[in-house]
Order: sequence, then C-alpha cells, then structure tokens
Amino acid sequence: MERVLMKGCEAISEAAVRAGCRFFAGYPITPQNEIPEYMARRLPEVGGQFVQSESEVAAINMVYGNASSGVRAMTSSSSCGISLKSEGVSYCAMARIPMVYVNVSRGGPGVGTIQPAQQDYHQATKASGNGGFRMRVFAPATVQEAVDMTYKAFEYADKDRNPVLILADGVIGSVLEPVVLPPQKTEEEVAAIKAGKDEWAAIGHELGSRAWINPGGWDNLLYESVNKAADDMYKAWAEEAEYELFMVEDAEVILTGYGISARIARSAVKALREEGIKAGLVRAKTVFPFPYKAYDAINYDICKGILDVEMSIPAQFVDDVKVAVNGRCPISCYGRSAGIMLSKFDMMDAAKAMLK
Amino acid sequence: METNICIAGFGGQGVMTIGKFLAQAVTDSTDLQTVFFPTYGAEQRGGTANCFVVISDEEIGTPKSDLMDDMIILNNPSLNKFIDSLKPGGNLFINETIVTDEIKRTDINVIKVPGTQLALDLGNTKVLNVIMLGAYIGYTEVFPVDVMWSTIEHKLGKKVELLPLNKEAFEKGLEYGRKNK
Repeated sequence: MERVLMKGCEAISEAAVRAGCRFFAGYPITPQNEIPEYMARRLPEVGGQFVQSESEVAAINMVYGNASSGVRAMTSSSSCGISLKSEGVSYCAMARIPMVYVNVSRGGPGVGTIQPAQQDYHQATKASGNGGFRMRVFAPATVQEAVDMTYKAFEYADKDRNPVLILADGVIGSVLEPVVLPPQKTEEEVAAIKAGKDEWAAIGHELGSRAWINPGGWDNLLYESVNKAADDMYKAWAEEAEYELFMVEDAEVILTGYGISARIARSAVKALREEGIKAGLVRAKTVFPFPYKAYDAINYDICKGILDVEMSIPAQFVDDVKVAVNGRCPISCYGRSAGIMLSKFDMMDAAKAMLK
Repeated sequence: METNICIAGFGGQGVMTIGKFLAQAVTDSTDLQTVFFPTYGAEQRGGTANCFVVISDEEIGTPKSDLMDDMIILNNPSLNKFIDSLKPGGNLFINETIVTDEIKRTDINVIKVPGTQLALDLGNTKVLNVIMLGAYIGYTEVFPVDVMWSTIEHKLGKKVELLPLNKEAFEKGLEYGRKNK
C-alpha cells in the first residue's frame, strides 16, 4: 500500500472526501484551519461544495440543512468554536440527521490557548448541546487513525442517523505522518448513498409524501418516542466501544488516556519496561461509548495503581476511568493544561510514585 | 532504534523545510516510521521557529521527546533555548557563521558548518537549509544520501532552475558533514 506524508488536518479532510463527503461549511480558527483550506480546494474537484460561513453557528446550520437533503456533510472547528456549534449539533441529534464534525481541540475554557489540549472531554462525551443526546466520539492517536476513524464516521452517522464527532487535538491536527488512504468512493456510490436516504431525507418527493426534518415540536408523545428510540440506540453502542490494551496482562501500574496523551503514555510504558518496571497502557479509541470493559483486563491482584494522563486540568477523562475501575485500584492523575504537552519523563515519575 | 531530531532557527531560515524534507524522504524511500511536528501559532518574524522529527523502525509514541538525539541549530536564541534538551553524546549541528555563543557542554558532539557563509558564497542565502540538511545526512547517514537528494529533487520539481544551485548546496553540506565524522 502506498504511503503518503500528510498533515493530520489534511488527512482528515481527504478521508472525508473519499468517504463521500460532498459538503463542508466552516469558519476559521487555529489549529484546524488546514481542514477548511483543504476542503476549499478539494471539494470542487469532486463536484462538492465548500462554504466559508460567516460564523460557526452558520456553518453547523448549513451542515444541518445539507445533511437533511441526504448529502454526506461535515464541519470542523476547535474548542470555543465547537461550543458555538452546540445548538446545531443538538438539532441534528433530535431530527436524527447524520453528519460528521471534527474538534481539533485547543486550550480552554474560554478562548483558551491556540496550542493542543484535551480540555473538551466532558463536552464531547456528555453534553455537546442541550437535551442529553449522545454521539459516537472517536479519539485518534495517530494521523492514520484520524483517517480511518473519519472514513468510518460517515458510515456510522448514516447507519445511526446521528451526528458523529472526531475528537482530535492540535498535535494530531498539525503533525505530518505517513498514511495509507482509504479508497475513494465512486460518484455512483456517492449517489447511491444519497438515494438510500429517500425514506426520510428532503431530497424531492412525489405529491402526497413528504420528508419532515423536525428538531422538536408540540407533540409530547411523539418526541418522547423519538427520545426512547435514541436511548435504545445509545445503549446498544456499549458493545461497540473500541480500545487498545498494551502490555496490560502482568502490569503493576497502568497508564490510561486517549488521543495524543495515550500515545505519549505508550512511549512511557516502553521506557518503564526497559527500566524493569511492569507498566501497561489502556487507551480509549472511542470515548463515547466509553470502553468500560477494557479496565476488566487489568489484573487487580498485582496492579498497584492506575495513572490517568490527559492534557487537561482539571482532569476529566478520569471520571469515566473511576466508574470503570469501580474502586478496584487507586487512581491518580498526571496532566498539563493550556496547551502544554505532556512529558514522557514526568509521566514515568508519576507512574513510579504509584508503586512506592 | 529511534532518532529524535530538533531543528530550530529564525523564522525564514527554512527550518520547517528541513524537517519536512527529512520526513518526506523517510516516507518515500524507507519502511521506517516518521513524525514531523511543527510549532505553530503566534510566531513572529525574527522569533524562533522550530520543529521536531522522529524517525523510528517501530511505532512512534511521543512526537516530541524530552531528550533529542540530534539538533540542527541555525541561530543563537535557538541554541540557548534547546541545548539542554540534547542527550549526552548527542550531535549538535550549528550554523557556525551566526551561532557564535559559547557552547559550554562538553558531553556532546559539535559539528560546525559555516552555513550562512557557504550560502553567501553560492550567491543565495536561501540554500542555508539545504546545506545544513546535507551536513546532517553526511554526518549521521540516518538514511542514504541518494534518498535525501531524490526527495529534494522531487520537492523542488516545479522550480527546475533552482536544482543546480540546491545540488551544489547539498553537496557542500555533505562534504562538511563527512569531514567532521
């Protein structure tokens, strides 16, 4: 397979186009500008449309509209820009509109810093808008994973008729790595995907049959049934949580995290092993559904501690880790904030401290 | 085997290009893994620009290591900012023409290349980065010389008229790299 060297943001964009994405609207913000930049050039080549909108709110609503007409549509932003999209995402969730969006996250809260961070965990996994809806949230740790997850995200979005979030960070967005790109969907395949949404999408119907795109209304019983159906779907996802276990079996200390932090933790685990310390890694690849089961692979008879690593202060991912571990082992946190990268050495020191 | 490289200098000296060319060569012509990690954001003209490249025969963890194996330094502020993160026994390539601050560490290999002067002699300061890249490859042989040159040739493909100058610059760099071994 041919490898190409690509920047994370550009690779995500190319993967989306290859998955059949034919509409993108976005508003500039660092560190995700290479996504709209790439899409502006690439989408017209495949007969798609790109709009640089007047705001994030406009972008998400353009995506809502386009996706409602059966087009595979995407938007992207970073942290504070993602907050602005939350209303539109919530509308998509209630109206059951499939779409994909990307958060190349930066420091926060507020405007935060422009450097990479993971301060949006709770927002991404618990409440990306009002109303208590859920989404599948993928957390890539390499550019290759970002590509594969983006490609897959469009399939999940259509299957579920629900938004899907790619929770990346400024490191994944800005590094260049060799990637193998997925196959480009043909125009026939793209057309068939759209035609397949005829049952619900506003793509032109005969008189007498109508497509309704409803983000809510007056009919309590109807919308309760919508919520119940969605809830059943969210619960069914639990079995599909994705994770990676690395050297967990005999581990006396476990490092755990997602995205770039977990990737640095992998280096730390290897370095600790070289020093004769039995360390392991549990990495979440989906952060919703959360891979609770992954933590059952830990041998709690020998594991003395779990170190949560994340580029967030306060720590957030750890709240789900606590639920998964359920008191079977002490948990501590190593984190940095405001765009400061995690240090492998500091991570190793924190892991060693748990063994004392 | 993993090599962590830091490249740093003024904005405009071609720092990012050195890093990208290294990562591109690894991608195009080897089975190795690589990551290129640029710093970005509120960079100012005249401020320091830097990037990190990792080359490894295994899956790469952190894209920015705490300790560097090799360092290519193009100006004084970068020297002072990064020298402490070079491993003992690591290789420090400096653009000797303008990196004039005293190097107090004695546990590292210093490879001095009069990069800016050589570039001036060739009539174009823009080739400083290709000279330093040549010196780096000549000294470390992190991958074969022809792999590096074919990537440079490919990347500069649209500007054919610049190839002879860059070839000369690359070879000058190689010569300094090999001489310092």
